[in-house]
Amino acid sequence: MSRTFVGMPASPPPAHPAFPKAARDAVRNPTLRENLRHATHTIRAKRAKAVAELSDWAGLREAGRRIKDHTLHHLDRYLEQLEESVTAAGGTVHWAADAEEANRIVAALVKETGESEVVKVKSMATQEIGLNEALEAEGIRAYETDLAELIVQLGKDRPSHILVPAIHRNRGEIRDIFRAEMGAWGRPAPEGLSDTPAELAEAARLHLREKFLRAKVGISGANFMVAETGTLVVVESEGNGRMCLTLPETLISVVGIEKVVPTWRDLEVFLQTLPRSSTAERMNPYTSMWTGTTDGDGPRTFHLVLLDNGRTDTLADRVGRQALRCIRCSACLNVCPVYERAGGHAYGSVYPGPIGAILSPQLRGTASEIDASLPYASTLCGACYEVCPVAIDIPEVLVHLRERVVQGGPAVRRGDKVVLKPAKGHAAERAAMRAARWAFTHPGALRAGQRLASRTRRLHPRALPGPGRAWSGTRDLPAVPAEPFRDWWQRTQGESGEQGAGK
Amino acid sequence: MSSRDRVLGRVRRALADVTPHDGPYEEAVGRDYLREHGERTTGRTVELLAENLADYRAIVHRAGAEELPDLVARLLAGRGSREVLVPPGLPPGWLSAADVVRVQDLAESTPQRLDRVDSVVTGCAAAIAETGTIVLDGSPDQGRRRISLVPDHHICVVRVPEQVVSSVPQALERLDPVRPLTWISGPSATSDIELDRVEGVHGPRTLEVILLG
Repeated sequence: MSRTFVGMPASPPPAHPAFPKAARDAVRNPTLRENLRHATHTIRAKRAKAVAELSDWAGLREAGRRIKDHTLHHLDRYLEQLEESVTAAGGTVHWAADAEEANRIVAALVKETGESEVVKVKSMATQEIGLNEALEAEGIRAYETDLAELIVQLGKDRPSHILVPAIHRNRGEIRDIFRAEMGAWGRPAPEGLSDTPAELAEAARLHLREKFLRAKVGISGANFMVAETGTLVVVESEGNGRMCLTLPETLISVVGIEKVVPTWRDLEVFLQTLPRSSTAERMNPYTSMWTGTTDGDGPRTFHLVLLDNGRTDTLADRVGRQALRCIRCSACLNVCPVYERAGGHAYGSVYPGPIGAILSPQLRGTASEIDASLPYASTLCGACYEVCPVAIDIPEVLVHLRERVVQGGPAVRRGDKVVLKPAKGHAAERAAMRAARWAFTHPGALRAGQRLASRTRRLHPRALPGPGRAWSGTRDLPAVPAEPFRDWWQRTQGESGEQGAGK
Repeated sequence: MSSRDRVLGRVRRALADVTPHDGPYEEAVGRDYLREHGERTTGRTVELLAENLADYRAIVHRAGAEELPDLVARLLAGRGSREVLVPPGLPPGWLSAADVVRVQDLAESTPQRLDRVDSVVTGCAAAIAETGTIVLDGSPDQGRRRISLVPDHHICVVRVPEQVVSSVPQALERLDPVRPLTWISGPSATSDIELDRVEGVHGPRTLEVILLG
């Protein structure tokens, strides 16, 4: 038995460098910078236009937030209802506490069919658990069929964006990958393939066609699951999703437990906000909805694997649980100044960008170097919160997680309560904060210190010494005033001024 | 302990701080958004559908009941289609003027067989004006999901104005979640190369919509 593979989040990428180190390498790559700048700027303007078309956007966003919050607050109730509905409609529901269990369930289900290959429609959940690698270890080949996923798979690369995993590649690079690699996986790239997007899409169509037509097992995720009806929803553009959901005899969907919504009607909110937020379209080209199995149409067998893998740990955190509202639109990536420059790989997770910076350290814990650094991968500018269609206050969660990293404290890991130790490497920060706390609680000492600083101000250096030098190399140190504010106030306003301030 | 119990147990422990809401669901969420955007006459709603379909590169035609067979015949001939997939309940008149081989979608037909067919003609369950979307629900005039997927050319007939709704919320009210549903907004497309939209990947690369009425 080869059970050695562990999916990504259960244990984060071994020895992935901390964000600052990974980002430093990424920003030195001019091609990557240009590709990302081009793509994120294109989509930003389009999204703003698509959102502006709806006069009630704020109302839709608020309803989306409320629906998701209510569902999360009663998640046990809705999961049980979902299980009942899916089962009644002819599906089979499986529960997976972690990545390894989900992979084991899927591998066993594929083996039961006697097949050794599967077609896959893009799914964050299956990437999160490292399903392809786990299937490979069991002798099952998984073909990614989303164009960007195909580019990543053929290029032996890692995804760098939630919606467009190959956003870091430009058309020329994609052509080169197709030319070099398609032959090893099936039908080779056409002779004389150019780098126009239309020709590249055509090459992918030809390459994947034979795989779709012969596929017996399809694997998907889902954007939404409706508890009331047992309906699953997949939102896509290319038609590869429809192929995987319709042509195979067996369909296996691996879906995070937070993807459930209570009622059919709830879709009216998300089917308006998701396409406009992600691809900036009024509606994406294809949306498939299925409820269990249908006689004579589509797969005869349907399995739903409900995935926890750190979600319940996240749910246990009162501040952090709002991250589970995420509908994976990726609008926050596209507006983020840090993502735009560092790219997705630096985040060391299938969930990059602002949402990744709050999701990965919660799903995986903050034990590893990369996960402890992710809450700092932000300037806290708040653009991500502004565009989020379910109003996740990402800056709030980032600050909360920074606190957890520095101070440690109670948390839940794999369902058990634990007390986290303060992270190493924040000694200077902690010392500074301790000093500040002491000074602010000792007004006499604070006053003496301020006066001393004012009187010696001509002697202050213009640049910081030691590790502070890089910071002051491009900035002026703030000038210390000739007189502390409290002294000035006392001198000019006196007693009456203090009373006036209270009015 | 089963994984089901483990996961549900973790959920319940995680929510220890939450007071459950026991009233009706609709009271718990509140919906402060519009059922449709703007006020339009029925005619204007159909026009908006046509505009939005065309905006996402569907080809839109209009026909009365008498002109429909000739229009369908012309569209098929224009593409040189010889074989056409036909859902079991397609109104026979729609293809009456077309000089093509009608291929029934039999349960035993392989996907490879369907892949050799040039075109497919279907009806639809509803169409959404604000988003330029047509929805298929597998009714007899639409057939199995795969027949509107594998052929490269899809002609879809929308009965106007009765099948047209303004908005997504109105469409969901009309649709039956038990049926397998496919929402189609323009031909297949991708934004995967430099986040730029390109039409034509795996689904039909040409979508023609006939507004019948």
